[in-house]
Amino acid sequence: MKILVLIGNVPDTTTKIKFNADNTAFDASGVQWIINPWDELALTRAMELKEAHAGKIDSIVVANVGRAITEGTLRKALAVGADEAIRIDADPLDAFYVARQLAEVAKDYELVLAGIEAADYNGAAVGGMLAELLDRKSVSAVSGIDIDNDALKISREIDGGSQTLKMDLPLLAVVQKGIAKEPRIPAMRGIMMARKKPLNVIAPVEAEALTAYNSFELPAPKAACKMIDEEQAAEVIRLLHEEAKVL
Amino acid sequence: MSVLVYIENWDGKLKKISFELASYATKLAESLQLPVTAISLGKVDETELGKLGNYGISKVMSDNNELYKTLDNRAIAIALAEAAAKSNASIVVMANNNLGKAVSPRLAVRMKAGLVSAVQGLPVSTEPFVVKKMVFTSKAFAHIEVKSVNKVLTLAPNSFQLIEKTVETVVEAFDAGLSAADFVTNIEATNKVTGKILLQDAEIVVSGGRGMKAAENWGQLEDLAEILGAGTACSRPVSDEGWRPHAEHVGQTGKIIAPNLYFAFGISGAIQHLGGVSSSKVIVAVNKDPEAPIFEAADYGIVGDVFKVLPQFIEAAKELKS
Ligand SMILES: Cc1cc2nc3c(=O)[nH]c(=O)nc-3n(C[C@H](O)[C@H](O)[C@H](O)COP(=O)(O)OP(=O)(O)OC[C@H]3O[C@@H](n4cnc5c(N)ncnc54)[C@H](O)[C@@H]3O)c2cc1C
Ligand SMILES: Nc1ncnc2c1ncn2[C@@H]1O[C@H](COP(=O)(O)O)[C@@H](O)[C@H]1O
Repeated sequence: MKILVLIGNVPDTTTKIKFNADNTAFDASGVQWIINPWDELALTRAMELKEAHAGKIDSIVVANVGRAITEGTLRKALAVGADEAIRIDADPLDAFYVARQLAEVAKDYELVLAGIEAADYNGAAVGGMLAELLDRKSVSAVSGIDIDNDALKISREIDGGSQTLKMDLPLLAVVQKGIAKEPRIPAMRGIMMARKKPLNVIAPVEAEALTAYNSFELPAPKAACKMIDEEQAAEVIRLLHEEAKVL
Repeated sequence: MSVLVYIENWDGKLKKISFELASYATKLAESLQLPVTAISLGKVDETELGKLGNYGISKVMSDNNELYKTLDNRAIAIALAEAAAKSNASIVVMANNNLGKAVSPRLAVRMKAGLVSAVQGLPVSTEPFVVKKMVFTSKAFAHIEVKSVNKVLTLAPNSFQLIEKTVETVVEAFDAGLSAADFVTNIEATNKVTGKILLQDAEIVVSGGRGMKAAENWGQLEDLAEILGAGTACSRPVSDEGWRPHAEHVGQTGKIIAPNLYFAFGISGAIQHLGGVSSSKVIVAVNKDPEAPIFEAADYGIVGDVFKVLPQFIEAAKELKS
C-alpha cells in the first residue's frame, strides 16, 4: 500500500497575525512556517503504521501545493520519515484549486490522509473536495486508524458521539486530534537523511479558483477584564445575570 | 433560483443548530429575494419537521431512507446535490459541525460551487457575494468573495440568533434515488453521548485546565455545568493526560466554540487555547496567577484558587436558578 499525506504549510501557532497596509493580504514577513498540526499528526500515524505492519506499506509520500517557500516544511516531513515529497509549484489560490492540483497526484495512492483544517484559512475543505474529485470514499473527523488485514479500522467523531468503522481501500481519511498522540520530532539522523530524499517539483494543471480573499480585519480589542475578589466570587454570578445578561 | 438548507436530525429529532440554520437561510433568502426550501435526510416525522415553520421554512423535502443514518459522506453529498437540482437551488447552507464539514466540500465539487466554511452571519454584500469568516484560528476575520454561481456555506454553530417567523410548513416526499450500494460506510460500533449537553450546542461552557490538578477534581465543574445547563470542555494537556475525553478539548487543535458564556478554571490562556474560545461572548477566568494571559481575553476575572471559587459559584448559581 502507498500512503499520501497532504501537507499544509502554515504560520507557527504562536505567530502574531498581521496584514499588509490595505488589509488585502497576510504579511508573512518574519513568519516561522510549520507543518499544519493535523498533517503532522497524520504523518506521524502513517509512520507508526509502516513500522507496526512491516511489509504492508511500501512508501509514504507527502504533497503540498505551494511555492518554494514551503520546501522547508516538506524537508521537515522528510526528516520525520516520509520517503518522498512532491511540491506542486503554484500559489494555493483556494481549496478547490488546491484539491484540483492534488487530484493529479493522489489517484495512485490507496490511502490519502488530509487534515481536518489548515491553521491559516481554516477552510476545512481540501480533503473532502479531493475525495469527490477522485470519486473516492471518505471518512471525516477521523481520530484513529489502524490496518486490519486488507481493510482499515477507523474511529471517527460524530456529532453526539463516536463510531468505529471498517472501511475498504482506496480511501481518503480526513484526520483530527487523537489520530496520533504526539507529533514526531525529526531526529538528527532523519534530518541528514532528508537531504538525500527526493523532493519533486511539478508544474500545476490549469484550474480555477471559485473563491477569493478580498480583505482581512483583526478583532476589535477587548475591554479590560473586570476583576473580582476571591472572597466575593458569588458577585461574578450576579454580574453575569444582571450586567452581562448571559445567565 | 433558490436557497436550500440541509436540516440534520439526531435519531429523528431536529438539533438546535437546525433552527439556527432555518433562521439563517430564511434571512439569507430574503436578502437575495429568493425562495427557501429545506431538505431532511432520514426518518423524521412530519410534526418534527413542522417545527421549522416557526423559523420561516414553508417547504421541506424529506427523503426517508433509513440508510442516511450511516452518515456516509459521499451518499449524503449526492442526495444534497439531487435536492439542489430539484429545487433549483444555487446556494446550499448547512451546519459547520462534523457532518457539515465532511459533506460540504464533496457537495461543493458536485455543484461546482465555491465553499465557505464557518460563516459568521449574513453576507456582507450580495453583489458581489461576500461573506465574513474567522481565519487564523480566531486571530482574524476575512471577507471572502464567492465567484461561482453556485455556493455552499456552512454556518458556525451558535453564531446566528433564532428569528421567529411563523409560516405553514408543507412536507414533500423526496427520493434522491440512492440504493443500498451507495452507502459504503460500515459501522461496527457507535458510542453515543447521552444525557449530556453537546459541547458544540452548548450556550454555556464550563472548562478546566491543568490548574484543576487531577481528573477526580472535575466533580465540582460538572456540578456547576449541570446547574447552569452547560457543556464541559478542557484544555489540551487535560485531554492529553486522559483526565477528560478528547471530544472536550478546545483550541487550535481541538474544537472551536463560540458559546455565550465560557468559564475557564485553572487555564493559563495560551494563544492556542484562546484560538478555540475567544469568540465566546463573555469569558470568566479563575486563575491564581494574576499574570496569566487568560485575563487579557476575559471579561470577568478572579485571581484566586479554583477550589475556593468553585463552591461559591455553585452556591450562587443554585440560588439564581431556584
Ligand atoms: C501546535 C500546538 C497546538 C496547541 N493546541 C492547543 C489547543 O487546541 N488547546 C489548548 O488548550 N492548548 C493547546 N496547545 C497547548 C498550549 O500551548 C498550552 O500548553 C495549554 O493550553 C496549557 O493548558 P493549561 O492552561 O490547562 O495548563 P497550564 O499552562 O499549565 O496552566 C495552568 C494554569 O492553572 C493555574 N492554576 C494552577 N493551580 C491553580 C489553582 N489551584 N487555582 C487557580 N488556578 C490555578 C496556573 O496559574 C496556570 O495559569 C497547543 C500547543 C501547540 C504547540
Ligand atoms: N496547499 C496545500 N497543499 C497540500 N495540502 C493542503 C494544502 N492546503 C490544505 N491542504 C490539506 O487539506 C487540509 C485541510 O485544509 P483546508 O481545507 O485548507 O482547511 C490540510 O490539513 C492539508 O492536509
